[in-house]
Amino acid sequence: MSETAEAPLLEIDGLSIAYPISIGTVRAIDRLSLSVRKGEVLGIVGESGCGKSTLGLSILKLLKAPGRITGGEIRYKGRDILAMEGRELMELRGRDIAMIFQSPLTSLDPLMSVKRHFVETMRAHEPGISEGDAVAKAGDILEELGIERSRLEEYPYQLSGGMRQRIMIGLGLILRPEILLADEPTTALDVIVEAGFTELLMKLKRQYDLTVLLISHNLGLVAEIADRIAVMYGGRLVELASSDDIFEHPLHPYTRGLMDCVPNILLDQKELTAMPGSPPDLVDQKPGCPFAPRCPKVMAACHSQDPVTIHRRGSGGAERSVACWLYEGEA
Amino acid sequence: MATLIKAEGLVKNFPVKEGFLGSFGGKRRYVHAVDDVSFEIAKGEVLGLAGESGSGKSTTGRLLIRLIEPSSGKTIYRGRDVSSYRGRELEALREKMQIVFQDPIGSLSPRMSVGQAIGHPLAIHGRVSFSERKDAVLEMMEKVGLSPAAYLYQKYPHQLSGGQAQRVVIARALVTKPDFVVADEPIAMADVSVRALILQLMRQLKDEMGLTYLFITHDLATAKYLCDRVAIMYLGRIVEVGTRDELFAHPHHPYTKALLAAVPIPDPRVRKPKNLPSGEIPSALNPPSGCHFHPRCPYAKPECSAGRPPLKDLGSGHLSACILD
Amino acid sequence: MQDKPEARRKSFLSPASGVASLIGKFSRAARKYRIEWWILSVGAVIIAVVAFMTLFPGLFTRFDPNDQNAGPQLGAPSIGHFLGTDNLGRDVGARVVYGSRTILGVAFAASLLSALIGIPLGLISGFAGNWADKALSLVMDSVYSFPGLILAIAFAAMLGPGVINITVAVAVVYVPTYFRLVRGQTLQIKQELYVEAAGAIGARRSTILAKYVFPNVIATVVVVFSLNIADAIMTEAALSYIGLGLPAGVPDWGMDLSMGKKFLPSGVWWMITYPGLMIMILALGFTMLGEGLSEILNPRLQEY
Repeated sequence: MSETAEAPLLEIDGLSIAYPISIGTVRAIDRLSLSVRKGEVLGIVGESGCGKSTLGLSILKLLKAPGRITGGEIRYKGRDILAMEGRELMELRGRDIAMIFQSPLTSLDPLMSVKRHFVETMRAHEPGISEGDAVAKAGDILEELGIERSRLEEYPYQLSGGMRQRIMIGLGLILRPEILLADEPTTALDVIVEAGFTELLMKLKRQYDLTVLLISHNLGLVAEIADRIAVMYGGRLVELASSDDIFEHPLHPYTRGLMDCVPNILLDQKELTAMPGSPPDLVDQKPGCPFAPRCPKVMAACHSQDPVTIHRRGSGGAERSVACWLYEGEA
Repeated sequence: MATLIKAEGLVKNFPVKEGFLGSFGGKRRYVHAVDDVSFEIAKGEVLGLAGESGSGKSTTGRLLIRLIEPSSGKTIYRGRDVSSYRGRELEALREKMQIVFQDPIGSLSPRMSVGQAIGHPLAIHGRVSFSERKDAVLEMMEKVGLSPAAYLYQKYPHQLSGGQAQRVVIARALVTKPDFVVADEPIAMADVSVRALILQLMRQLKDEMGLTYLFITHDLATAKYLCDRVAIMYLGRIVEVGTRDELFAHPHHPYTKALLAAVPIPDPRVRKPKNLPSGEIPSALNPPSGCHFHPRCPYAKPECSAGRPPLKDLGSGHLSACILD
Repeated sequence: MQDKPEARRKSFLSPASGVASLIGKFSRAARKYRIEWWILSVGAVIIAVVAFMTLFPGLFTRFDPNDQNAGPQLGAPSIGHFLGTDNLGRDVGARVVYGSRTILGVAFAASLLSALIGIPLGLISGFAGNWADKALSLVMDSVYSFPGLILAIAFAAMLGPGVINITVAVAVVYVPTYFRLVRGQTLQIKQELYVEAAGAIGARRSTILAKYVFPNVIATVVVVFSLNIADAIMTEAALSYIGLGLPAGVPDWGMDLSMGKKFLPSGVWWMITYPGLMIMILALGFTMLGEGLSEILNPRLQEY
């Protein structure tokens, strides 16, 4: 992946999000900074509680109370999304950035036909569009998704999970957005359907010249399609590098741990190295690195000071960064 | 190795609840969840039962240990036909055949503490006094890595992490020292890093306690790691079964091949062609005739829709339900 | 938490600071749970005061509620009689205090009785299913669809006067409430994975019902019990208002309400107001307790 001097399409700058709950405050995201380049597939990887889904929702300012943005900006083509309201925000959603979710069962309205879903989506952004035009466009995109036009008349309950997820992509792409945000899109799908979905996603990405943000805990999926990978832990970005670098030369001990504990069907693995402990409690946050309690390379500094983000060159000259005291010397 | 448990011709049809008017006309409709499934598991072995949704793998697991009654078919345990056991006999069987479910927190009653939950099987199967029970529970908790045991003993499910809860469920299943455990997608809901821990634990416990597992999963990579033999199920039938090395290296059935090809690889350097079968898994209400997979199979011939293909022996325990070569 | 000796000494020596620390604890919890705790506390206080009244009436009044020579007839509230006197010269305050026994006693006993009948029936019916369930549901639904007050009146009239009889009459009305609630919960819980898991470890059906289903059902029942008592209070008051059920010698707010109505046109407001107010406050107390508890036990999703 070569560097360009081009400005990033989406820039997350020092984002912090907190949820007050009865026993304290959960810092779901802690000073996260990340840039998304046009045309790339960026994978955001992490386990439960790392904040990746919260990040996804906040990009479209979909975060619900009591979640609050406590700091930072999210800039799309230079404009801060978090400062947008009303009309401007509504136009951003769907037209510039579209989002698809994990469970197609609950994301589609059971009382609306497929056709209606498309027409409503288009009408929301182009109120003047005629029914005929909208339906025609919907039919076109269904074809690209590999679904017969006749399915437009059907209702979600008549469709399989895989098909519903394809409809979701269709709804996401019908307005030709620049960025597609996918939050665990294949988690609820069977393996073969998942593979088909992934192929479709990549085909559409090329065709529509999309930039894709893929949020997932499935390392196999991410390995397949992501150009760069951002690893999150305890609400922070712990490592960001090209896909090759993350898998072959992980720097952060957590990334390393993840790579070691995922089974690979092509290998003859006798042992999986498991990381002890479990993801951190976000309420009781102590100073220092959130991974310190589980880290095999932990040092004294890790328990008291937040690690600084180190920038380096990865393979092929690509940029990479890691937030770990092990690499302090390079700061 | 001696056979510990055998499934013989297990069948389960679930009647579909018709609406009021529907019950007047025509035949009753059934979901053919499990369609004549047979297999054997040797003592100390881990047999993987893999498949996608609708394959019937979870139902098969439950039928095997008589959690659900089969429409027909038998379970042979230690050489005895236990299919008709009832009441006391069945209860005694439960001491020896246990199950671990997919959802750890859902498997535990919200109003029972960890100690009560793990101790209950001991109470049922007539063991001992309360203090002896408590000792056994604490010992089991340490064994599964629930530490400090005395502290966690009084906790309630909502106070536990997913990983801890799954350990509690495993402890409960093993506290009566069973021979056989059905593990129904035990790690599907766990975090990635926790999965490896649970798998390691299961392996360790198997060796320590001399257990035999039926490991039900949709994740073939995990199956490869943990299982000695793997059976692939599709729409209620076993389509292929073989040893781990043999099955993964030389899959025979087109569905197995498709499944293996579709598994995502956590390595960006690997780019393999997928050749995905067309269509989706058909409904179990009205499965295709003959070989269930033929409408989607890239190698399908007219003979494939004729009759149910038998499990062909390919040598060294490798069986495949495909008439083609 | 540090155990400073002076702090301990202080609370030991001063009941005021003891109360202060209790209030402190409450307000911390109140801040935590906000409005639910306030509602529950107010309700609890009301019930506590009235309960106190039933147990130690002598602390609240020195008059005998049936003493017709306690004071002048239809005397307005005054220093001697804070709440006035009724048409027979009885002190209204005393009638209010002693009347609390009747109404609280009947309402509580009736709710308890209907719970003791309705809950087991609901559990068994929901868990076992089949024709027994269908038959029982039919019966319960029929009773439930009857307007409660009319049913209570019918039974009270049938059974005749007496405190026991009126308790039974009120109880009958609420049996279906518990039955339906418990049955519904049981049906839902029956589907839960932990119930299947309990069967998998070898527990018998009766054990599963007792140890796995019942404890998970009971939480909602506690809330309904409190709300039910509120309802029973109103029903009991209504019954005695129309003159059914209680013999003459027993002081009762409903009856006094009815009596007071007669004298209202002549400007005697105190005979009807105080019993009426008490019925309302007591019912409110139980409602608040129930609602507060409901929010605390099953908080609506407001947290992530």
